[in-house]
Amino acid sequence: MTELDKIRNFSIVAHIDHGKSTLADRLIQETGTVEDRDMKEQLLDSMDIERERGITIKANTVRIDYKAENGETYVLNLIDTPGHVDFAYEVSRSMRAVEGSLLVVDSTQGVEAQTLANVYQAIDADHEIVPVLNKIDLPASDCDRVAEQIEDVIGIDATDAIQVSAKTGQGIRETLEAIVHKLPAPSGDRDAPLKAMLVDSWYDAYLGVIVLVRIMDGTLKKGMRVKFMSNGTLHHVDRIGVFRPAMQAVDVLGPGEIGFLTASIKQVRDTRVGDTITNDRNGTELALPGYKPAQPVVFCGLFPVDSAEFEDLRDAIDKLALNDASFSYEMETSAALGFGFRCGFLGLLHLEVIRDRIEREYNIELITTAPSVVYHVYMKGKEGIEGEMIELHNPADMPDMSKVDHIEEPRIKATILVPDEYLGDVLKLCQDRRGIQEDLTYAGSRAMVVYDLPLNEVVFDFYDRLKSVTKGYASFDYQMTGYREDNLVKMSVLVNDEPVDALSMMVHRDRAEMRGRAMCEKLKDLIPRHMFKIPIQAAIGGKVIARETLSALRKDVTAKCYGGDATRKRKLLDKQKAGKKKMRQFGKVDIPQEAFISALKMDS
Amino acid sequence: MDDWRNGGFGLYVHWPFCQAKCPYCDFNSHVTARIDQTKWAEAYRRELLRAAPQLSGRVLNTIFFGGGTPSLMHPDTVATVIDAAREIWPFSNDIEISLEANPTSVEAGRFVGYRDAGVNRISMGVQALNDEDLRRLGRMHSVSEARAAFDVARNCFDRVSFDLIYARQGQTIETWKAELNDALSMAIDHLSLYQLTIEAGTAFGDRYERGTLRDLPSDDNAADMYLATQEICEAHGLPAYEVSNHARPGAESRHNLIYWRYGDYLGVGPGAHGRLTLGGDRYATETYLQPGAWMEAVISGSGEAQRTLLSKDDASAEFLMMGMRLVEGLDMGRYRNISGKDLPADRIAHLVDLGMVETRDDRLIATDDGRAVLNAILRELLVE
Ligand SMILES: Nc1nc2c(ncn2[C@@H]2O[C@H](COP(=O)(O)OP(=O)(O)O)[C@@H](O)[C@H]2O)c(=O)[nH]1
Ligand SMILES: C[S@@+](CC[C@H](N)C(=O)[O-])C[C@H]1O[C@@H](n2cnc3c(N)ncnc32)[C@H](O)[C@@H]1O
Ligand code: SF4
Ligand SMILES: [Mg+2]
Repeated sequence: MTELDKIRNFSIVAHIDHGKSTLADRLIQETGTVEDRDMKEQLLDSMDIERERGITIKANTVRIDYKAENGETYVLNLIDTPGHVDFAYEVSRSMRAVEGSLLVVDSTQGVEAQTLANVYQAIDADHEIVPVLNKIDLPASDCDRVAEQIEDVIGIDATDAIQVSAKTGQGIRETLEAIVHKLPAPSGDRDAPLKAMLVDSWYDAYLGVIVLVRIMDGTLKKGMRVKFMSNGTLHHVDRIGVFRPAMQAVDVLGPGEIGFLTASIKQVRDTRVGDTITNDRNGTELALPGYKPAQPVVFCGLFPVDSAEFEDLRDAIDKLALNDASFSYEMETSAALGFGFRCGFLGLLHLEVIRDRIEREYNIELITTAPSVVYHVYMKGKEGIEGEMIELHNPADMPDMSKVDHIEEPRIKATILVPDEYLGDVLKLCQDRRGIQEDLTYAGSRAMVVYDLPLNEVVFDFYDRLKSVTKGYASFDYQMTGYREDNLVKMSVLVNDEPVDALSMMVHRDRAEMRGRAMCEKLKDLIPRHMFKIPIQAAIGGKVIARETLSALRKDVTAKCYGGDATRKRKLLDKQKAGKKKMRQFGKVDIPQEAFISALKMDS
Repeated sequence: MDDWRNGGFGLYVHWPFCQAKCPYCDFNSHVTARIDQTKWAEAYRRELLRAAPQLSGRVLNTIFFGGGTPSLMHPDTVATVIDAAREIWPFSNDIEISLEANPTSVEAGRFVGYRDAGVNRISMGVQALNDEDLRRLGRMHSVSEARAAFDVARNCFDRVSFDLIYARQGQTIETWKAELNDALSMAIDHLSLYQLTIEAGTAFGDRYERGTLRDLPSDDNAADMYLATQEICEAHGLPAYEVSNHARPGAESRHNLIYWRYGDYLGVGPGAHGRLTLGGDRYATETYLQPGAWMEAVISGSGEAQRTLLSKDDASAEFLMMGMRLVEGLDMGRYRNISGKDLPADRIAHLVDLGMVETRDDRLIATDDGRAVLNAILRELLVE
């Protein structure tokens, strides 16, 4: 157990590629935590553990012993988080497990959107923040300008910012000294009942579920029985230890310390980030504040391309879910796509990662339907009784509009940093997406805009569009803010007069015609011609708001076909058979699977 | 009775050499400086003798010399092949022996020789009736040269057909109609009219990929040209009997009918395919593709590279793909026999509703509109 005043717990916040991993490597190396011969690059990122943790990786941690200039030895615990917005909740938990942050900014680049989003999390967690200007070895480095930017944009004092090159090692000692002298020691009562925060957890093939904890009060020892307060489950602790960064067993963890426990837990699902762990008897009454179960915000349908693979898909999803509590799923049947699953994710990245894993690791080709957010549909009340609220995860389930009182949609606060010359395009894009401007300031030659936007307008292709209109120079981050009522309607799509459930979507009434027209035009290009003409319509309720006609196929014949061509032709047909498997039939019309996703990408 | 007898038995002889490679062509054709005609004649003869034992007792209905450019064959080479065949199989009384010829003056000079060897039908690759387009198609002849060669041919042979390629770059429905009328005034009793197909791996294919093959008619214009072609030829007494082939009734290419009626054919020469019914089973055969490799294989015993037993599904699919090309349509009773099951009645009903096919006397027949989209019909009928 370490004395409280000899412990410093911190995280590193940075925009991607500003040097967080490299700096962590240098800190580990400088303090001799890892022998030089075992040192490899991006040490925290390349741990075996990380690979096994797969996508639910939220925190890496390392315990560093540092002998300071004052002769005292300190224990420094670094928690490293990927910092993607999809995992904002997990990141905020990790932040609450430490007292301070190093704010790493690339001195050749300056502050970016992710820097901001992450630093606000640190400020929210009451961190002491030490600015670090990295990459000073590069000629383009401009520390004065970037320090000024940190003060202007973030509003923290950067006069004592440390100038570092994580590459050459310059400034690393100063950084370690700053951690010891500028960051506060943790507080806690070793004689109180155990109160530990569950920071993260992941599955290990040998040890079962490994739980990363921060001790707030009391002590954690091997052999103890502990209680997880969110669900009251009891566990026998069979191992405790710390990461250096390899696992190392210890006898006891006291207040302020960060380490792990294992307790023969089978599923990550049974451990919840943010939960409070205490003694099974005479434990603390007061759980740590702020625990909330993960809430999926983006939903989509996943269907096997080959409907015979449905059971394989079920298997794959079951397995992935065991290790990822933030991912929800239920069976879905679609007239168009057959049997599949409606799945909920923390965000688009999370969606993509899970989808890719199913396709790659389980070798199942998937049709992904358009992502949708969760709408709050308020039903009309009866005789003074207030109508109920329905959480709508799938536009296909939208109740009859005549029974609906109003609909609310989730909104976000988006922060975008962009060079001046692209500002006009960015404002137009946000405006087109029903955004409400909240702030516009300048940081040097770059503008920072803050928009209140409907999440629905962002989930599909906002980021792609932003990158394309700014040639990749904009940085973007967002945070969920809450629900707001708007004039929302369900738009259905009819192909050859048959509704295609997988293409229906919620849209703002004012944008319905535009979306409907774009959708019909897109589909006209995506659906191959058939032997008859096909009307393609968008409708709200029974009212058609847009219409296109796909004309009939008139020429598709092999001009020459003689003796030798029989084989060739038969092979061609076999290929077409395979191709047809990837189509879905609606009445008499075959729709290729790409249509479901491509149709929803807006080019405007 | 073996099913192939409904189609007949023919011999296909592939000659793999050309004077130059045309930019649209993906046939097995090669350009070489010297060809040892005697060696090739002998190789064909050996191949026929090799195949003979398994095909004994058959009567030969047709022989077809295709290419490449068979009009580069020496008449003696042609004679060797025909004589060898005659020694193996009795010829039917009306045996048809065709040869594909390129219409240059040099080749026209060999026509008499071919006739004396036994050839009784010539199919000439005229391709276009305007010099500018012939150049674009990479052809070695001019229109006047083609006309002259055609006149030589009709003086030597009772049956002469020629090929045109249409839906070419820059062609409109009007210019095509004019060219077609021109062609019909020249034609005797048979015409092959192919819409230009852009084949992957050819010079046209590469230019198409790069977007530099300009002014090709749109699919809709090509469809209009196709329908106009059906009407005009019909009005001139040369109705279509197959997707791209037109003839005065009775003047059809009997060899090609064997393919479309799914008869048996022996294929010899590099890259030649065959369909042979042996012991009640249908086999697909293929020879070595490269002339050199084929020649070596023949010398060491057999030019055949592959023989595949066709399943009921494969054979019935081939029968359907070939048979539906014909205006006479497909005998559904035969389909049942080959496949062991019926064509899907609901799909046929749907196609009838759309005006794509008709059924008559247990035959399934594509309409004019239907033949223009035959691939879509086949997909509908064959893909579950
Ligand atoms: N020249 C120079 N390059 C650096 C420095 N620190 C990091 N880099 C490079 O910047 C890139 C991104 O660094 P990384 O540590 O992966 O950034 P992260 O995304 O914040 O973890 C890598 O190519 C590093 O080698 C530095 O101080 N100087
Ligand atoms: C096997 S080729 C050989 C005939 C001969 N060598 C000639 O070129 O005249 C037979 C016919 O196929 C047609 N043909 C070849 N390639 C074609 C293509 N890409 N598109 C349409 N027709 C084609 C031509 O009309 C040609 O006359
Ligand atoms: S079109 Fe005829 S001449 Fe031209 S390359 Fe092909 S086979 Fe030879
Ligand atoms: Mg990194």
